[in-house]
Amino acid sequence: MSVDTTLAQASNGLVYASMVAYTVSMIGFAASFASTKGRDLTPAATAQGVAADAESGGVAVVTRTDLGGPDDGALPPGRRAANIATSVMWLATILLGAGILMRGLSVHRMPLGNMYEFSLASGFAVALTYLVISLRRDVRWLGIFVVIPVLLTLGLAVTVLYTEAAQLVPALKSYWLVIHVSAAVICAGAFSISAAASSLYLVADTGERRAAAGQPYWLAGLARRLPESTRLDGMAYRIIAFMFPLWTFAIIAGAIWAENAWGRYWGWDPKETWAFITWVAYAAYLHARATAGWKGRRAAYVALVAFATFLFNYFGVNILLPGLHSYGGV
Amino acid sequence: MTDRPDVDLAAEDPADVPTGTDAVAPPADGEDAAARRLSTAPVEAPADAPVSLGLLGWLRWGWRTLTSMRTALILLFLLALASVPGSIFPQRGTAPVDVTQWIQENPALGRFLDRLGMFDVFASPWFAAIYLLLFVSLAGCVLPRAAQHWRIVRSRPPAAPLNLSRLPEHRRLESDAEPQRVLDDAAQWLRAHRWRVDTEAATDPDGGWVAAEKGYARETGNLVFHVALLGILLAVALGSLAGFRGVVLVREGSSFADTRAQYDSFTPGRAFDDADLPPFAFTLDSFDAQFQRGGQQDGAAREFSADLTVTPEPGAEPEKVRVEVNEPLVVGGVKAFLVGHGYAPTVTVRDADGEIVFRDSVVFLPQDGAFTSTGVVKVPDTVPQLALQGFFLPTAAVDDVRGPHSTFPEDDDPAVFLAAWTGDLGLDSGRPQSVYRLDTEGMTRIGIDALRPGESWELPDGSATVTFDGYVEWASFSVARDPGKELALLASVVAMIGLAASLLISRRRVWVRVNPGPGGVTVVEVAGLTRSEHASVADEVEALTEALPVTTSTSTTTTPPRA
Repeated sequence: MSVDTTLAQASNGLVYASMVAYTVSMIGFAASFASTKGRDLTPAATAQGVAADAESGGVAVVTRTDLGGPDDGALPPGRRAANIATSVMWLATILLGAGILMRGLSVHRMPLGNMYEFSLASGFAVALTYLVISLRRDVRWLGIFVVIPVLLTLGLAVTVLYTEAAQLVPALKSYWLVIHVSAAVICAGAFSISAAASSLYLVADTGERRAAAGQPYWLAGLARRLPESTRLDGMAYRIIAFMFPLWTFAIIAGAIWAENAWGRYWGWDPKETWAFITWVAYAAYLHARATAGWKGRRAAYVALVAFATFLFNYFGVNILLPGLHSYGGV
Repeated sequence: MTDRPDVDLAAEDPADVPTGTDAVAPPADGEDAAARRLSTAPVEAPADAPVSLGLLGWLRWGWRTLTSMRTALILLFLLALASVPGSIFPQRGTAPVDVTQWIQENPALGRFLDRLGMFDVFASPWFAAIYLLLFVSLAGCVLPRAAQHWRIVRSRPPAAPLNLSRLPEHRRLESDAEPQRVLDDAAQWLRAHRWRVDTEAATDPDGGWVAAEKGYARETGNLVFHVALLGILLAVALGSLAGFRGVVLVREGSSFADTRAQYDSFTPGRAFDDADLPPFAFTLDSFDAQFQRGGQQDGAAREFSADLTVTPEPGAEPEKVRVEVNEPLVVGGVKAFLVGHGYAPTVTVRDADGEIVFRDSVVFLPQDGAFTSTGVVKVPDTVPQLALQGFFLPTAAVDDVRGPHSTFPEDDDPAVFLAAWTGDLGLDSGRPQSVYRLDTEGMTRIGIDALRPGESWELPDGSATVTFDGYVEWASFSVARDPGKELALLASVVAMIGLAASLLISRRRVWVRVNPGPGGVTVVEVAGLTRSEHASVADEVEALTEALPVTTSTSTTTTPPRA
């Protein structure tokens, strides 16, 4: 089947437009972040925040009075900027989604056939995961840490990883492509946000410890603008607990496909090996959280290592290690 | 507890061990009692080696250490780490040729790494040691937990603690209704919402109560998941013992019958019997490959298809089957997958008298994406023996840097570049020889030439004439049977369902306690507790409260924040 170049160009245009919108959104989140006063990091103040939250029913993730307080007409500093940034992020994500759709229409297939297309889809999944969470929880403090990775992913996609719209290699012509790769893309989105939460947890936790000990901390300014460390830790955990079964499914779907394409469901191809490593690393994280002495910071480090193996499986394996999955188009 | 708790803990009834490991903070006494057995996570015992225990004590200590969560965690890290070299170095199982080449290029390091098993990581003793220890640890952890869970599932929910207000989720209300009616309503609501319910009548001197528990599927799922992992291990073992895997190259117009001798490579499991090979046969009628022309992905594969005539068993009616990537041939309980393809130039060799001494299509192996292919034509029936070594190029080009090479994988402008060697092919030496390699020891190169289809070349010594008649395509098929794969699929689907249950369901308890209050009202207390990190029982306590016949509500609600 031929490639519709008009649609392919429209797709590229939409992707660039979404990057412009993400940049505007990033500026909004940055402005909001900078103008937020932040909280007191000392233990007494943290306990007060928890108590205040308990009275309000204990559902909100954020207890900062400047963001979580009742809406009495006068918006606290930084809130309007964050609201605008969120709206622009919706627009950017819709543009990106349309760009991905056009790409798929231009080649008459699911646009998940090479690293460029997978990167667009991952960026879309990260942004959409954040936006869906933002519908239920106040996560405006997280926005800047989501938009920047999304922009970096898209930037990498359109420069280094860019691949012209084209038909697939025969190995990818299977409906399992849609099942296996979309599960992996959704996991990419969710694991990224979880990793951001884990990193911020480490910052907030260090900030609180140093404040309790009266020591200076070079990231105190950042730590002050984050929710309590326990909240961040819990958020990182919830996402992984929710996504780990899906990651398991992505691997099983890949195994079924491999059985159908190569005659074996598991052959320790580099991609399979690293998917296994990622799975074991996240399993280790879940076990670490139930092991005395491993909760908290150590578990967070395990989560970050697990995410690093996920990233390596995507970038490192596709580019550095030869194997059956080497159709990245780079 | 005895005076040596770290030793005797394992001997105690695990159901009576307080489960402190799930607690975020040290809980209050009331909460601790209420939470008892809410989690079946193993208790962390100090891992120090106890002093002077004797053999039995040491064995117990070793077993408890092996089955502890901390050891499982370390083994998980080791398993991940041990897999890494398997992705960095070529592996015998998937790329045996690359392994040989790697060792040839780095002889000292290569032999050293080979001794460590770095080219066969996933079959190496140390890798097996890690996962077997992990599975022993897993079994040692899961089996006692399963027994404990079995007891819990059959037992009644624990009685309501006396002081419900110490629980993290608590409501206090007043009602005009009879105490027993409040309890009946609560029990009815809870049963309707599939809680397991136990009650104590309102006539009890300490006040009546309803206790309910839900979410047993969390631990059930957790145990099912871990047991299913053992199932996957079993399936993999079964497949590698009783299965087989073979690769065969078939040229257009040639046939393949499913016997071991016809395979180019054949890897049977230890318990595999050749008699198990299904007696099918097929002929490769034609093979077609199409590639992208122009654009950034010029030369990328687009379409592979092989048309076969298949005879499922001797005497059966032959049928035409088209095999593509992702669409294997299914015959006689095995699948044949299209895994590769290439060109086989047809060469005729005539001796000085014009007699045909050789005519065949010889498989050349592709070396790059444009199908620059190399191979050897061995002609043993001339004196001295003759060999033609060189390239087949589907779209021929020559330049100073790369020499003869192909610029496109399809046959736009085919040519062969051949070097002629005479001497002793070494076929009688008894050493096994690759059909794709020429052992030039004992042979002399007498000339080179390039030929297009139909062209002939009289060798410089006049001993023979070589004609490049044309070429056919070949396709390679991987034929495999894995008797463990159905079990592997079943076990992994069960594992996934168990995993989802264990991570998404939370185990929780609620209690309702009634006491007569001043002025004839009934004081109703509702409390809830969960130890799952990402769940809250608040919504359910709220819903239960609304279902009760309540007139007034005092505002002593406590709800802790969600972690």
